[in-house]
Amino acid sequence: MAYVELQELRREFGDVVALDGVSLSLEEGEFLSLLGPSGCGKTTALRLVAGFDRPDAGRIVVDGKDMTRVPPNRRDMGMVFQAYSLFPNMTAERNIGFGLKIRGVGGEKRSRKIAELLELVGLERAAKRYPHQLSGGMQQRVALARALAIEPRVLLLDEPLSALDAKVRVQLREEIRRIQTQLGITTIYVTHDQEEALSISDRVSVLSQGQIEQIGTPSEIYGAPSTPFVAEFVGTMNRLEATVLDGERGEIDHGGVRLTVDAARGRRHGERVLVLVRPELLELSTNGSGGENTLTGEVLTHTFLGPVTRLKVISPATELIADVSTARAEALPVGVRVVARVPSTGTRLLTLGSEEPSQDGR
Amino acid sequence: MVPFFLYASLFLFAPAADVLLGAFKDLDGGFTLSNLGKIVDEPYRHEFRNSIEVSVVTALAGGALGFLIAYAAIREGTPRILRTVLTTFSGVAANFAGIPLAFAFIATLGTIGVVTNLLMDLGLNPYEHGFSLFTKTGVEIVYLYFQIPLMILVIAPAIDGLRREWREAAANLGATPAQFWRHIGLPILTPSLLGAVVLLFGNSFSAYATAYGLTGGQIPLVPIRIGYLYTGDVLSDPHLAQALAFGMFLVLALMMAIYVPLQRISSRWVR
Amino acid sequence: MSRRIAPGAVLWLLVGVVYFVTPLVATLIFSLRSDQTGKCCSLGSYGQVIDDPEFWQGLRLSFVLSLETIVLSLVLLVPTVYWVHLKLPRLRPVIGFLALIPFVVPPIVLVVGLLGFLKGTPDWFYARPYGFLVAAYVILAFPYVYFSLDSGFRAIDIHTLTEASQSLGATWRTTLFRVILPNIRVAALAGAFLTLAIVMGEFTIASLGAFDTFPIYIQYINETKAYQPAALTLLSFAITWGAMLALLLVGRGRSVPAGGAR
Repeated sequence: MAYVELQELRREFGDVVALDGVSLSLEEGEFLSLLGPSGCGKTTALRLVAGFDRPDAGRIVVDGKDMTRVPPNRRDMGMVFQAYSLFPNMTAERNIGFGLKIRGVGGEKRSRKIAELLELVGLERAAKRYPHQLSGGMQQRVALARALAIEPRVLLLDEPLSALDAKVRVQLREEIRRIQTQLGITTIYVTHDQEEALSISDRVSVLSQGQIEQIGTPSEIYGAPSTPFVAEFVGTMNRLEATVLDGERGEIDHGGVRLTVDAARGRRHGERVLVLVRPELLELSTNGSGGENTLTGEVLTHTFLGPVTRLKVISPATELIADVSTARAEALPVGVRVVARVPSTGTRLLTLGSEEPSQDGR
Repeated sequence: MVPFFLYASLFLFAPAADVLLGAFKDLDGGFTLSNLGKIVDEPYRHEFRNSIEVSVVTALAGGALGFLIAYAAIREGTPRILRTVLTTFSGVAANFAGIPLAFAFIATLGTIGVVTNLLMDLGLNPYEHGFSLFTKTGVEIVYLYFQIPLMILVIAPAIDGLRREWREAAANLGATPAQFWRHIGLPILTPSLLGAVVLLFGNSFSAYATAYGLTGGQIPLVPIRIGYLYTGDVLSDPHLAQALAFGMFLVLALMMAIYVPLQRISSRWVR
Repeated sequence: MSRRIAPGAVLWLLVGVVYFVTPLVATLIFSLRSDQTGKCCSLGSYGQVIDDPEFWQGLRLSFVLSLETIVLSLVLLVPTVYWVHLKLPRLRPVIGFLALIPFVVPPIVLVVGLLGFLKGTPDWFYARPYGFLVAAYVILAFPYVYFSLDSGFRAIDIHTLTEASQSLGATWRTTLFRVILPNIRVAALAGAFLTLAIVMGEFTIASLGAFDTFPIYIQYINETKAYQPAALTLLSFAITWGAMLALLLVGRGRSVPAGGAR
């Protein structure tokens, strides 16, 4: 049975529908991320779970108990906020111990627990410092320790790393995951950073405009996006709008060019579709024009990404993004005409306007 | 820039110094402590005590009420427009003090005031039960009319500084609203609250026009006494007035010495 | 956290409303009582006010004094604050501290000092409101004008504007008048409205100095008439209100400090 269940949650703010009947369930010990752009409803959902807001409709069930009407201070959940949540008039120690003090946990036992947690987040030396004496990353570690001190049933994190430097973010997200795995706490993690979500979650739920677009493991979300939104939001994809010419052979027409992709097999003639191709799958070369499954264009920009260089190629029908090895990219300078080969397998196809995925030629 | 300092020297520093020094002069121009000796005796002593008492009462009452009202308007759940209305009104009310305010209360709680009449119709004449607007208590009631708004204006930024995240984090960790205030809210606000109360004290202590308007100068308060010394045709002993002013200055300087460091502490956490 | 207003909040807001509105309503009712019957409803009091030439004299005097005070304050303070911001930023805390002095030297103490210190000055200054009173009022208004100007100057980049102006060949005076002044117009107006409210309501210094300003007139009516003062009180309240509203419209969201007679 699911440990945490969100059932048909609905929340409106005046005219705006922040959550439109969202349902989710988590197993015990699972790490689920809510991923989406600003305004998609992920923070609203989290705040409903925490109890800082009440849904207009729907239920929140934890471990079989209906929590929807329970006030936030009795839900036994730990929350880590985006920033500024540490009590400024207390040291790190006292912040961490606050939840225990409220619960009447005695001094001796409390001190031990605090020390344990400080060690867990690696801040033994900062115990007696005040929040304004701690860096952003350290503050969030204290916030995490504070939330874990009460041994909550569910851990909630609201974009805890957004306000931090990039390097600290990467470090800290891995620590959060490590700690979560070690303690086995059921966790809901809200973020707009897809790299973050994909790298540390058991499952990811992508939201847009108050609705769930897709729920799945990180590799499912990345490799098999089931809606155009997910394809666009997660990772980088080439999106080719096309019309099906011959469903038997998988022929499509993209901007006057005929391409063959396995994914189009079984589609009806005339259907409008979206072909999704990962940048790393496009092959670029400078010789010839035409050839099977190719689009011609001109290199517009180079973006150096280390081992790989991202090239933007402009062709009459679209803009293409191709990732080539940096060494190879030197042979394809800006302005040169190139031929991009679209692989016939390894692409996904989505029907334009609907959310039904089709089988991929994998 | 120089003109300003010249001006201030001429019209602020020099007169102030004149008062301070004059307190120690006698009528022949020589140095004396007798003026100071006089002001610690009756009736001036009584007046100092009254002034301080009224100021403490209105500072504490104004502080408490001002805080409660400000918090009520700013906290979550209250429509935002109420806060704007409150701040605007406070700005007006804090400036409304003086003669007009005194009369407004006479019209309300004076012997034939509107509220007095209402109470009389209900069979309860406050004036028959020992109440009078024209006493120390009456003055305190009237002073609150500008003390509370001043408190609201001063404490609102501090209340704003109480981040929503702290309340939510506290609730999340299991605290009731009372526990939040006890462990987090009040400790954080205390320097600001104290500073504001001290400011209110000074504000009340220096007030003149309102008390004058209420009683025509008949109430035993230090500023009123100073005014009284000047309303005769001939000022008999200017140095006595200066000594009284000096006494006031001391009290207020003490207040400032407490207020300024408190201001600095309270801004530490509002970041 | 909650979506509706908390019951505790409603309680205190109601208390506030009752305490603050009742005197105003009572004054209104008072002002509508006729002199003959002692009951409602008559506009006689308002008529008496408007018919009284001394009312207009007092009002005009106070208003003119306000204008004088405003002008003098700005003339003294704008260059000063400008200079401090530009060249002597270290002096800012000093002046800021000076601005606290009026809390330690309130009107009642100041007037004692002024009456004593300035006794030797010629009559055309000492005995006339345009001299003595304005001098005192500039001191009273100083903290409010200063803080308004200070926040106005802080909001614009003084150094860049001045340097740009100078590099284009302008003299100090031109820079001040053509470049800086227009940019701090809002702050100056805010200070002006505050000063207006203060001067229109100032009683203490005018009383001890025996001048005939508007508040002095109001007190005179207070002591001699029964219901007319109510009309005057409301009028005075309306003037303060007007000044504050103008301040808000001009300032648009800036905080509203307290001042005036007490």
